[in-house]
Amino acid sequence: MANVAHIMERYEPGSGLKKALSQSRQDVIRTVRESGIKGRGGAGFPTAVKWNLCAVVQSEKKFIVCNADEGEPGTFKDRLLLAERTDALFDGITIGGYAIGAKLGIIYLRAEYAYMRPGIEAKLAERRARGLLGANVLDSGFSFDIEVRMGAGAYVCGEETALIQSLEGNRGEPRNRPPYPVDTGLVGAPTSVNNVETLIACAHILAKGPEWFRKVGTEASTGSKLLSISGDCKKPGVYEVPWGITVADVLDLCGGEGAKAVQVGGASGRTVPAAQFRRKLGFEDLATGGSIIVIGPQRDMLDVAENFLDFFVEESCGQCTPCREGNPKLLEGVHRLQHGKCSIGYLRELQALGRTMQAASKCGLGQSSANAFLDITEHFRSEILGRVSGKGE
Amino acid sequence: MLATERESLRHEIAELAEKYEHKRDGMMPMLETIQEKYRCVSDFAMQEVARQLGVFPTEVYGVVTFYSFLSTEAKGKFVIRLCRTLSCDFAGKSEVAQQLENELGIKFGETTKDRLFSLEYCNCLGMCDNGPALLVNNDVYTRVHPELVSDIVDKYRRMFGPAGQLEEGEAHHG
Repeated sequence: MANVAHIMERYEPGSGLKKALSQSRQDVIRTVRESGIKGRGGAGFPTAVKWNLCAVVQSEKKFIVCNADEGEPGTFKDRLLLAERTDALFDGITIGGYAIGAKLGIIYLRAEYAYMRPGIEAKLAERRARGLLGANVLDSGFSFDIEVRMGAGAYVCGEETALIQSLEGNRGEPRNRPPYPVDTGLVGAPTSVNNVETLIACAHILAKGPEWFRKVGTEASTGSKLLSISGDCKKPGVYEVPWGITVADVLDLCGGEGAKAVQVGGASGRTVPAAQFRRKLGFEDLATGGSIIVIGPQRDMLDVAENFLDFFVEESCGQCTPCREGNPKLLEGVHRLQHGKCSIGYLRELQALGRTMQAASKCGLGQSSANAFLDITEHFRSEILGRVSGKGE
Repeated sequence: MLATERESLRHEIAELAEKYEHKRDGMMPMLETIQEKYRCVSDFAMQEVARQLGVFPTEVYGVVTFYSFLSTEAKGKFVIRLCRTLSCDFAGKSEVAQQLENELGIKFGETTKDRLFSLEYCNCLGMCDNGPALLVNNDVYTRVHPELVSDIVDKYRRMFGPAGQLEEGEAHHG
């Protein structure tokens, strides 16, 4: 299995939107359901279910939000999509808006991508001029517009309720769920928050049909996935692959032979050791938003753990105790390991703390922040414990 | 701050609030506009934003201090943000960081005395396939190596700081 061109295929601007607007809202959602698509941001919630939950709520005001707060370390596919696939993206947002009954779509763009804003605004203006946005889109009677709102530098705002908090002018602290954004979202109105890649895929699905989408992928993970590949490999970049591809095949694609580990899913993802390279990418095994960081044989796994924990210590919103207090503890543990000053008993306590953080943190950030630490201390015990007996350093 | 400056800032914030209909969800774009122009959101600005939106100043303070692109202390005219995430680290971030400190004569987290540059680390810039990466305000630089650092810094220095006015700290480092 190798590179495919599926949602990166050519897309006729307006084609998916035209088809959507000629159908009922329910039929649009049915088409998306039949495609089996799940959210591309990483959590994998079925898109049609989200849209339907939003669609069935009676409300004058609804929103569709495109989550372009691509902050997961090692992820850059949205950067490419926001620059080169805007036609399909704007179609996707408009289709979603039509399906749920929203009049406004909002692109929440991360502050680090501010340089892309003028280009996006220009393309939106062009679209309004062509009748693809604004009052009476394509003479269908459906009115819809899209605006761009900026983030201000906070990883946690990629979490949908934190993103909504930010849009409302608050600290980006995740909310308790339920209520879910699909009924109580932005300014209390039903809101669907979807990833950039998901919305582009939906435009293709409307244009080409659910069968076309299901041609690639697996039963539980239909379609393709864009991977952002970086780290110790010869050909870093954005790749489109069918779900179900093995880690080993991904390494073949990017020239990452000889890797000792692959970080799948970024800082919040899993550290996959070489012995597990036959594992598959997909919601049934290694779910990922697409971040793949190749870790070469020369790297120190404790440096990797330290880098990710530095990240979580800084990006934790501080709202709940397991995440706020747990991450600095794990980081301190890594420093002890680096200096050969960590007993196995203490390491076990830290691992127990990590599992508590997974279970007891309030949001996805906290729940996943201990993943890399737990994986590295489990799969690379000989490397990191070597230093306790003086072999390391 | 001079009384006249306060008046003009007060006026500006009132206009911004008008634009966003005095709604709470206008706070972020308001703060972003203020930050961009004044390189910080001062105590006075936070109080004014609060007054215009009908919220407590502490709420505005909570928001400003939450986001890494907003600050209560004045940043330099150019904020250099070096990506510290794993892929950029693998690609040679540390050498670039060292050279940035050498060229600017400051440490990370500091601002040059002439208020021209602030130096910070940031998390993933989404340029992992082209690292090491850094931002200077909104401009992105990729595949940066130590030799390129002085060119980048000089480019911005030429835009605003005449060589003769450089501060001592920079003169002997630069």
